[in-house]
Amino acid sequence: MDFSVLTDQFASLTIDGVALGFIYVLIALGYTMVYGVLRLINFANSEVFMLGSFATILVATQVFNKTLESDPLTGFPLVYTMLAMLLGAMIVSGLISVLIEIVAYRRLRSRTSNRLTSLISAIGVSIFLAEGVRILTSSAPMGTPRILEKNTLFTVFGADVRVDTFLVIIFAIILLIILDTFVTKTRLGKGIRAVSMDYDTSRLMGINLNKIISTTFLIGGLGTGAASFFYITVYEQTRFSIGFELGLAAFTAAVLGGIGNIRGAFAGGIALGLIEMYSSAVFGTQWRSITAFVILVLVLLFKPNGIFGESLQQARV
Amino acid sequence: MNFNLRDWGASIWEKSNKWQRLAIGLSIVALLFAAPLLEKTFFNTPSTPFISVLFYPIGIYVLMALGLNVVVGKSGLLDLGYVAFYAVGAYTAGILSMHTKLNTWEILPIGIVLAMFSGLILGAAVLRLRGDYLAIVTLGFGEIIRITALNSASVGGANGISGIPNPPTTFGLKFDLENQVTYYWVILILIIITVLMIRGLSVRRPGRAWESIRQDEDVAELMGVNTYKYKLWAFAFGASVGGAAGVLFASKAMFIAPNIFNYNISILILAFVVFGGMGNIWGVVTGAVLLSYIPERIRFISDMRMLIFGLLLIIMMNLRPDGMLPRKKREKIKQVGGSNE
Repeated sequence: MDFSVLTDQFASLTIDGVALGFIYVLIALGYTMVYGVLRLINFANSEVFMLGSFATILVATQVFNKTLESDPLTGFPLVYTMLAMLLGAMIVSGLISVLIEIVAYRRLRSRTSNRLTSLISAIGVSIFLAEGVRILTSSAPMGTPRILEKNTLFTVFGADVRVDTFLVIIFAIILLIILDTFVTKTRLGKGIRAVSMDYDTSRLMGINLNKIISTTFLIGGLGTGAASFFYITVYEQTRFSIGFELGLAAFTAAVLGGIGNIRGAFAGGIALGLIEMYSSAVFGTQWRSITAFVILVLVLLFKPNGIFGESLQQARV
Repeated sequence: MNFNLRDWGASIWEKSNKWQRLAIGLSIVALLFAAPLLEKTFFNTPSTPFISVLFYPIGIYVLMALGLNVVVGKSGLLDLGYVAFYAVGAYTAGILSMHTKLNTWEILPIGIVLAMFSGLILGAAVLRLRGDYLAIVTLGFGEIIRITALNSASVGGANGISGIPNPPTTFGLKFDLENQVTYYWVILILIIITVLMIRGLSVRRPGRAWESIRQDEDVAELMGVNTYKYKLWAFAFGASVGGAAGVLFASKAMFIAPNIFNYNISILILAFVVFGGMGNIWGVVTGAVLLSYIPERIRFISDMRMLIFGLLLIIMMNLRPDGMLPRKKREKIKQVGGSNE
């Protein structure tokens, strides 16, 4: 254990942690919104993230013909290339998320009340997608062309804030504000909240359940797609197993903040990002992947409602 | 489709008397012991020796599927970290053979007890959770064990442990690369013992308790079933079977590394259980044999194995959630359970 790293680089660890946290927040949306509406852990969301990250890179390499050796862009081309990559990732992830719901969950929902059945089906989807990509990419990681020059923007308490981390934080905040407005202000958002409060009653009130559920999956997928774009911008690499690695951490974030609760996912994601960064500074990076699991186990055992959450016990019954 | 293999088998079994049953049982066991003779036939596997395929993957996976079946199939507790107990068994064999002179037969009970103990610890901590949360937490434990082994230099880190000795010559039977058939016989005996134990438990109090927990945990609790205790039982039983498989695997393979015990193994075993029919021993055995054998027989499937299994989980859940050979509900419990009281 080495606390000197933690104290020396506290500010820069914090900034990295917040950026990672926002990525978790966006992925956690895919879990938390679906859980809110269906009381189902959307296991396949991690693979939506993985596919989104590949889509991001493919937009850069196939649509804009960038290679790993291309020079970073500046000015207007930089803006529209990055926007196209973001939109590409969001659209691909959103559509796949909706498709997963139709293929793997919809039929089961009307036929059986057994929760295990849907969960096993979700695990099947997740394995299928991850393995499909593993075979297509021959297990090799895929790097992204560097679109954005990673200059230091400014310095806070001795820590450099790079352009990419700054962008992630700003864009994520904007997306989350849009989402929050959507859920609280619009008619569809109201429908989502109604279904998550009471599934049967909202059906009796004439809400088109399939439409609401598809919308929920779409929004979850869009958030996850945005997260995969940000992940690629900061970490510049992806591989088939990335969904498993980040997806579970994001799920932990959702549980930490109280699953089913969008603002809870926000707090949980940021908290988890910070904890992971601090703990890998103290214990060494090889233990980083355990952090999320340990936190998940502890939260579920001692405070299963999360920081802000609805009661799991209640939700379970 | 009116023909039902399970009912057909069951009706023959029910019509026979005690001696006929014994004869049927013994002849099936004898046939199973003779299975290595299939090597010269159509069933031979192209790239791996058929006899070693019979032990691993088939034998090991059947054993593990039987263990997981008690947890997932009988009691309805979704455990996604089952590989952890397999790892505990294998690492027990590795560490003990590294530091002591114990042979495989002496390590086997220790491995089983340690795996059972880890099952009890994990179960005591997580069995208050239900359904999908239990699944995620067990998955987390599986990964924690793997990553801990990966980062611990004392157990060889990522390189694992090599040079684990084969079992000693017992009753004139040799265990080495030339005599692989003996491994198959050993795992077959273990499988038979496990099947008999599960059948014994199923018709008695623990089996009925598991069944009631699977159907409705709250009602079971209200009816006076000590659900926590029997869930722990199921977990510990499943864990010890996984541990036994781990010890045998380590002594045959002579080498273990953390990345052998990854999440995919848990999913693989789950796919066997789901495909065969959750809760039905014969379904699970058939599922495990078929699904672990086919990728060995048809080589090009081998690389796409997990892809196909993922697809299989989706298809089975959507079209036939009770599996290939589903358990017979209610009647079975009533008939067999009643006669045994």
